[in-house]
Amino acid sequence: MSYVPHTKDDIQVMLKAIGLSSVDELFRDIPASLRPKSFNVPAGSSEFDVTQRLKKLSVKNATGLVNFVGAGFYDHFIPAAVDAIVNRPEFYTAYTPYQPECSQGWLQAIYEYQTIICELTGLDVSNASLYDGGTALYEAAMMAVRATGRNKIVMDSGINLIYRTMLYTYTSNLSVEFVEIPVVHGQSSREELYKHLDDKTAAVILQNPNFFGAVDDHSDIVERVHKVGALAIASVYPVSLGMLKSPGEMGFDIATGEGQSLGIPLSFGGPYLGFMAAKKELVRQMPGRIVGATVDKDGKRGFVLTLQTREQHIRREKATSNICSNEALCALRAAVFVALLGKDGLKELALRNYDKAEFAKSELSRIKGVEVKRSSPTFNEFTIMLPRHADDVVYKMIDKGFACGFPLGRFYKGMDNYLLVAVTEKKTREDIRRLADSLEAVLG
Amino acid sequence: MKLLFEKHKEGRRGFSYEKSDVPEAKALDKKYLRKNDAHLASLSELEVVRHYSCLSRLNYSVDTNFYPLGSCTMKYNPKFTERIAALEGFTDLHPLLPQLSGGGMLAQGSLEVLYESDRLLSEITGMKGFTMQPLAGAHGELTGVMLIAAYHKAQGARRKYILVPDSSHGTNPASAAIAGYEVIVIPTLPDGNMDLVEYKKKLTSDVAAVMLTCPDTLGLFNPRIKEITDMAHAVGALMYYDGANLNAMLGKCRPGDIGFDVVHLNLHKTFATPHGGGGPGAGPVGVSERLLEFLPISLVIRRADGTFALDYHRHKSIGYIAPFYGNFGVILKAYAYILRLGREGLIAASEAAVLNANYVRVKLKEYYDLPFDKICMHECVFSASRQAKSGVHAIDIAKYLIDKGYHPPTIYFPLIVKESIMIEPTETESKETLDEFIDVMIEIARLAKENPSAVTQAPLHMPIKRLDETKAAREPNLRWQSQ
Repeated sequence: MSYVPHTKDDIQVMLKAIGLSSVDELFRDIPASLRPKSFNVPAGSSEFDVTQRLKKLSVKNATGLVNFVGAGFYDHFIPAAVDAIVNRPEFYTAYTPYQPECSQGWLQAIYEYQTIICELTGLDVSNASLYDGGTALYEAAMMAVRATGRNKIVMDSGINLIYRTMLYTYTSNLSVEFVEIPVVHGQSSREELYKHLDDKTAAVILQNPNFFGAVDDHSDIVERVHKVGALAIASVYPVSLGMLKSPGEMGFDIATGEGQSLGIPLSFGGPYLGFMAAKKELVRQMPGRIVGATVDKDGKRGFVLTLQTREQHIRREKATSNICSNEALCALRAAVFVALLGKDGLKELALRNYDKAEFAKSELSRIKGVEVKRSSPTFNEFTIMLPRHADDVVYKMIDKGFACGFPLGRFYKGMDNYLLVAVTEKKTREDIRRLADSLEAVLG
Repeated sequence: MKLLFEKHKEGRRGFSYEKSDVPEAKALDKKYLRKNDAHLASLSELEVVRHYSCLSRLNYSVDTNFYPLGSCTMKYNPKFTERIAALEGFTDLHPLLPQLSGGGMLAQGSLEVLYESDRLLSEITGMKGFTMQPLAGAHGELTGVMLIAAYHKAQGARRKYILVPDSSHGTNPASAAIAGYEVIVIPTLPDGNMDLVEYKKKLTSDVAAVMLTCPDTLGLFNPRIKEITDMAHAVGALMYYDGANLNAMLGKCRPGDIGFDVVHLNLHKTFATPHGGGGPGAGPVGVSERLLEFLPISLVIRRADGTFALDYHRHKSIGYIAPFYGNFGVILKAYAYILRLGREGLIAASEAAVLNANYVRVKLKEYYDLPFDKICMHECVFSASRQAKSGVHAIDIAKYLIDKGYHPPTIYFPLIVKESIMIEPTETESKETLDEFIDVMIEIARLAKENPSAVTQAPLHMPIKRLDETKAAREPNLRWQSQ
């Protein structure tokens, strides 16, 4: 099966038109010496067989666990209307809207997405999407390096370790220098950070809420960053922006983040959504596609890909980024999700997450030997200290039907007994109570 | 159409979370909270659904229109893969689960998909092993170039240059530059092949790699490709294969057998995963034996007992290029597609893709200039130079096609062909569809001679006419703002 519609007769007629007598002749430019040494792909299967086979694999994954693992990737409810809309083939079987007259649906949807990202982050301009939160942060760092002509990046160690590691990978052959600032009592250490601000600093990167779930107001830091002529970059969790102070309100120049929480399934790590917003003076340094509004010959509003002279297909090796395909369909998910919730719904979602996490804190703190860390306020994720190695506890909790949290020892030295617990709106009072009871039993 | 925000009505709801089952917590200190609510539209669920349904109808898509966009392989995306990718066992899996103690056993299904995809792609391309992590083709290129850099570093050499032909995709030089290399461009000869004299001149021991597509962006298979790879290897440079055009040669030729060291694939092209309006794609990268140890962290391995695990102990690895294991949902669809087609189906796909492109080529060459008149592979590149003389440019042809219900071919790429029109029909289009398209192209050629303004006015039957792109760039309006 190959979804080829040709009948034998079609093939003969077409070959004749081309002036050939066999399909093999079409490949005559490939010398015999370059023919495949092997091509041992199994024979094809029916749609039914492939579907059954993959259904069997899907149930080998344990998705029945009650999940309290977040660590930057969250289990939020996705309204059915989101799926219904992104499953429209007029969206998902189109490609990048290079031809505006037959792509107004996509272009308008992206323009609206850009508006939503600007509103959430409190910044002026957004692009059409990037791959994920980590690559978006890397692109932001490089934007700052280009915009300032400097090469030192100061970053908080409260930034997701996965993202920090990605930044190191991407810049390993470039002359970019990183300084990492320790987290003290769950929050960015101002004192340490200020020591590294100088005329070589291109940017300071902060995350809010940080990896430990702690919420901060970074306005004071941003002010100091600007004094040395550097840019301030925020990595944010978009659902939290339903209630938390936005990067724009704190004065940040660029905000990026992982958009997965906005209607995109966890899906074992992807596809996700990198978003990026910035102050308008940085727009020409931005990577990726950008949609703009304009008018047609009759003065009617229309949308088009714009500011393309930044991009690889025009500028080649001088482009701001090499990105071509982005995550449009995930951006559409995010836009539809936010459109459904609206202003009140998003606020409600953020508050619900906050309330549930606070409830979980109170439930867990009654367990003997468990200490809920309260040095900083948190959003929907927080740290607890266990009386023994968190790995061991996590392992035993799986048997009880819980993915009870992310063991911080995996990412941070000296934190073997710490567990990061995320509580989204999907967790019921009952789930949280059972989590506490099971944890008590495991520790008992 | 009105924007979402122009349909806003205060107090309206499209979704609500109903009553909470936990007590309201003490509010956070005000300094942590937003002062200004985000201006988001409030609509009912029906209004949102209708808004987007109406928007979707303004798009051309593979399911609704012939979409011969050269170099993008807009083939049909079989529906069954969508159903598989929507299985909850796959969609609900948290990526950190296998990183928990004992958690590897909780993700065996997905780990197997990744492992088996790696094996299948390795066999299809003749490479030793793949990383499934790169999130798109260009991301794969960047990963590939970083692998090349790591390889040379391990050899104790810091090579400076990457060679690309002038016909290459823009992503090639961009990826090379972003990874820290200087780019040297090699010209193309009038026969469509790379200038080997110039190539030899530039191919010094300071060249890290040569990046090529094969077949190239003119849709031609360079019979001297092996010479090119051999020459690069002779000076210690590596060969990079841009897999954008792999749909032309499944089972006919493998980049690994030609001597390519690094290969990226666009699963959304060759392996039929939907393009999603510009993504998500997936750009797995395959390598030859000598580059295996540099592949990103982590890799899925198969244990002796047949179970699957993530390998993090990769000391020579370039590190993390994606947060997890790639665009899993996309990889899954491509895996299902490969299982469905199998060996014969993949070969048949390439054969029909090449047949269709050649059919269009011979049927149109009388009407449009064909700069390289020989058997092409999966796509053919025409030039509208003849039509341009009467004022009908490639862009006008594109707009007229839109009026006739076709998504236009790629135009003005590759850059080395003036007024280029790059047509990639793909294997899933029928002879009847091609014939109708050919007829419209012939009609345009006739109009260009007899009544050019009929073409240059187009489109006339779409929701909008041609847009003022200069205004869009000079006075950027990139978001809606309340009045």
